[in-house]
Amino acid sequence: MNLILSDILGIAYLVASVTFILGLKMLSKPDTARRGNLIAAVGMAIAIFATIFLTVDENGAGLQNKILIFIALGVGTLIGTRAARTVQMTQMPQMVSLFNGMGGACAALIGIIEIYHTQPDEKGKLLAICAGLIIGTISFSGSMIAWGKLTGKFGDKVFPLQQFLNIGLMTIILVLAGVIIFSTTISPVLLYMELLLCVGYGILFVLPIGGADMPVVISLLNSFTGVAAACAGFLYNNKAMLTGGILVGSAGTILTILMCKAMNRSLTNVLIGAFSANKTKQVESEHGDVREVSLADAAVMMSYAKRVMIVPGYGLAVAQAQHSCHELEKALEEKGVEVNYAIHPVAGRMPGHMNVLLAEADVAYGKLLEMDEANTQFANTDVVMVLGANDVVNPAAKNDKQSPIYGMPILDVENARSVIVNKRSMNAGYAGITNDLFYQPKTSMLFGDAKTVLQQLVSEIKAN
Amino acid sequence: MDHLFEFLSHQMFLQTVYVVVLMVFLGIEVISHVPSILHTPLMSGANAIHGVIVIGAIIVLGKVDISNIPAILIGFTAVLLGTLNVVGGFVVTDRMLEMFKKKK
Repeated sequence: MNLILSDILGIAYLVASVTFILGLKMLSKPDTARRGNLIAAVGMAIAIFATIFLTVDENGAGLQNKILIFIALGVGTLIGTRAARTVQMTQMPQMVSLFNGMGGACAALIGIIEIYHTQPDEKGKLLAICAGLIIGTISFSGSMIAWGKLTGKFGDKVFPLQQFLNIGLMTIILVLAGVIIFSTTISPVLLYMELLLCVGYGILFVLPIGGADMPVVISLLNSFTGVAAACAGFLYNNKAMLTGGILVGSAGTILTILMCKAMNRSLTNVLIGAFSANKTKQVESEHGDVREVSLADAAVMMSYAKRVMIVPGYGLAVAQAQHSCHELEKALEEKGVEVNYAIHPVAGRMPGHMNVLLAEADVAYGKLLEMDEANTQFANTDVVMVLGANDVVNPAAKNDKQSPIYGMPILDVENARSVIVNKRSMNAGYAGITNDLFYQPKTSMLFGDAKTVLQQLVSEIKAN
Repeated sequence: MDHLFEFLSHQMFLQTVYVVVLMVFLGIEVISHVPSILHTPLMSGANAIHGVIVIGAIIVLGKVDISNIPAILIGFTAVLLGTLNVVGGFVVTDRMLEMFKKKK
């Protein structure tokens, strides 16, 4: 009987593993992405319910505390669904970070309980527990800091010898883990010290990294949590957790590297925080004056253009201006203007963030041009409208070898006939460097909150 | 008997390593051709999938003695947080992808 139960459980886990793989595969194609997510979710539900009802120990006893398990599942589902349904699309990155932190904390809590149920001579188990505990805790505290940074609760903090402190801390964490694994009794004091150190490491690891690099960090922490889940899978010899965790661990690492590539930077460069280090140096360099343009003039320029390209950036996301942006597009198209969007791979706070936001506002998929395609179009574009983007259109990335963003592929908006830049002020972008584009003769500035400016532009265009 | 046990556990370990190595390659293969517009939903979807850790939390809570209040509390919290990760992750991903679909 027991054999049969555990066999069914094994098959359920196999089904779950397959749905995770299929789900991830389908998530990487636009047409199948939504179904892929759903399939993985169904697989997850199968794995969870199979675990609750089919898990038996060596004596054939099933799981206890089923009522508590269902209460926790129910409350978690309610809160999770509510949070995920009500979050603003612009706050998506911090939401993902928050959920990731929950997963990391879950892994750490499992470790705390399991370590007391383990005999000191089960070294393999202890190793898995310690690894899950360390990685889960770091992922948790790191995600919380990333979340705090993205919600603007705290900024970047750089202090001298940061790297040495981090390396030193990591060494202590590893040594302490070795002591815990090889000691004959489990000492609670050592365990809590280890936890505390890991929380500290997570904080110090993420704190100095620039706000603009948070997506990369979240993606990295995401793969950390995957590895923590895999450690738990190793501990219980549970194939669903093992495969799911490793899959996310490796896919997450690749995704992190792809994101870095999109910014033409290496992972080390991101983690050591080259952006923040160079920050204040270049802001005050000599420059000419910027030219401001009135709303009415901007409206006329765009109304009588043949082709307009909109370059959205984080400013658009912050101002929640994606709907107004679509309004502008419609108003211009009524005048016979061809409107497209040029999407830089790292526009916004996460790769693909802009696509999500503009899709929310009903902008047609075909109008969103990826960088390479957009760059071939600028030469026959009459007006480029830059909405709250800065670093992704900064020519310094191509011309200035000293610049921290040198080498990052950018949108060549300067090839267009004229450029209108909407910003709230002349403040530098996230990389903290000035943008020569703003001082070029073909560029004019339209200051103000993206949403207000766009709404006024739309009514000006309609009145024309 | 001891030898047999050692052999078995050794085999099991090898099997696990085997699965791990294959999964690493699979993860790389599955992800490497993704267009950048799908990076965010994909990250979010992967985030939901590692919520599979909730299974571990369920097993932990299911094996704790009800009289051990601290352990029950920790286990309960673990299941709760794991569920948040799973449910929140999938729902957020679905919401993002729903928007991609509408415009067609």
